[in-house]
Amino acid sequence: MDGWWRRDPFFIRYMAREATAPFVAAYAIVLLVGIVSLARGADAYEEWLEALASTGWIVAHAILVAIFAYHTYTWFQIMPKTMPPVVVRGRRLAPEVITFAGIAAAVLASLALWILVAYGAP
Amino acid sequence: MADTRKIVLEVLRYTPGQSTAPTLQQYPIEFTDDMSVLQGLQQVKDFVDGSLTFRWSCRMAICGSCGMMIDGAPKLACRAFLRDFLPGPLRVEPLEHFPIERDLVVDISDFVDKLGRITPWIEPREPRSLEQGEYLQTPAQLERFESFSHCINCMLCYAACPQYGLDSRFLGPAATALLHRYNSDSRDGAQAKRMELVNSEEGVWACTAVGYCSEVCPKAVDPANAVNQNKTASAVSWFARFLPGRG
Amino acid sequence: MKRSNQPFFWLLFGAGGMLSALIGAMLVFITGVAAPLGLGVHADLMSHANAIAFARGIPGKLFLLVVVSLFLWHAAHRIYHSLHDLGIPPGPLAQAACYGTALLGTVVATVALLAIGF
Repeated sequence: MDGWWRRDPFFIRYMAREATAPFVAAYAIVLLVGIVSLARGADAYEEWLEALASTGWIVAHAILVAIFAYHTYTWFQIMPKTMPPVVVRGRRLAPEVITFAGIAAAVLASLALWILVAYGAP
Repeated sequence: MADTRKIVLEVLRYTPGQSTAPTLQQYPIEFTDDMSVLQGLQQVKDFVDGSLTFRWSCRMAICGSCGMMIDGAPKLACRAFLRDFLPGPLRVEPLEHFPIERDLVVDISDFVDKLGRITPWIEPREPRSLEQGEYLQTPAQLERFESFSHCINCMLCYAACPQYGLDSRFLGPAATALLHRYNSDSRDGAQAKRMELVNSEEGVWACTAVGYCSEVCPKAVDPANAVNQNKTASAVSWFARFLPGRG
Repeated sequence: MKRSNQPFFWLLFGAGGMLSALIGAMLVFITGVAAPLGLGVHADLMSHANAIAFARGIPGKLFLLVVVSLFLWHAAHRIYHSLHDLGIPPGPLAQAACYGTALLGTVVATVALLAIGF
């Protein structure tokens, strides 16, 4: 079974989907470091904030945005297969409808978060 | 023959006791547009090499006998057409993840054993006598399991499943789909027994939702959905144990 | 037949996967791109004063804990299975490494958020 996933484009896409996980963890760790530095005091936090503002980290985060977006796409793409059937007026919801609804929900939630942060924050 | 074209079939050959390892043998054949890969193999067997061994029966995607790896993907040979693989050569190999018995014939005993383990019959929820009449079911109740009853046991989904390939203890797609067919039947009362298998380490939890099983299924059974619905059911049962009054 | 312990981790995986699918990309954009560059948000969005105020409130505390821990549990579960895909056998050792890291992250986040105070 060594290298089995190289045999079929379907498996390569699956592995790409799974490979988003370390990046999700990486972002969680960035946030965690921020929280810990916040607990340690103003100086530590400013240091973390400064690091985030460096070109390297901004580029890294821009790449992370793309990877997270890919995660969103793959998450809702597989969802019709992973969730129980949804029956609306006696008919099973088509897989494309479920995927579309999921991505639409992600877009709306993200917009809501943006509005909250850009216009609601002090 | 009118309008024939040529393609080379590259077929895996293996004879236990004679071959030390599987080899590929090339068979150039002529075919017409309406010929399936199965018909190509039959032409080889009938006119070129009678020793070539493969399973087939119905020729119309109902019996589930002629599953094989066609150009690297699990397909029914009767449902794949030679014209779609031009210019060739077209690689034909036995189903992935099963031991080869001879040429394109695989040993299916593991799958048959798994089918036996899922209690593949209805154990009535409440016994009824003949006088009481038949078990009635609404269209909505039928809808809940009907698609999962379409499985023809062709095992393409097992050949498509990397998790089964990595660890064959995994109950796998088709057996779980059939398990789900009985577990979601309103007449059945053996859910608890089947859930023990679902919940176990050999049950549904090796699945990583690759989803290829459902892609290759010739009957649109969607075994990936059956497996994942049972993850939900299994998760519910996992937590239900901690509720008061539950075992 | 031995009952699998996966349902517990799978639910955390699912919750983290869903949360990151819904708001992950935007959250990374806000904290990693927009805030440092001042793109469309207040330049002092993540200033020390703002961060402390956010992390001292109950909603902010919960939000940070949920995001950090669920993202970690999501990743841990996926990586555990990916290790198997790459030929590293699943079992107690791989579980301890993957889920242990997520647990450690959750504990550290909880302690830090409590230390920040209310």
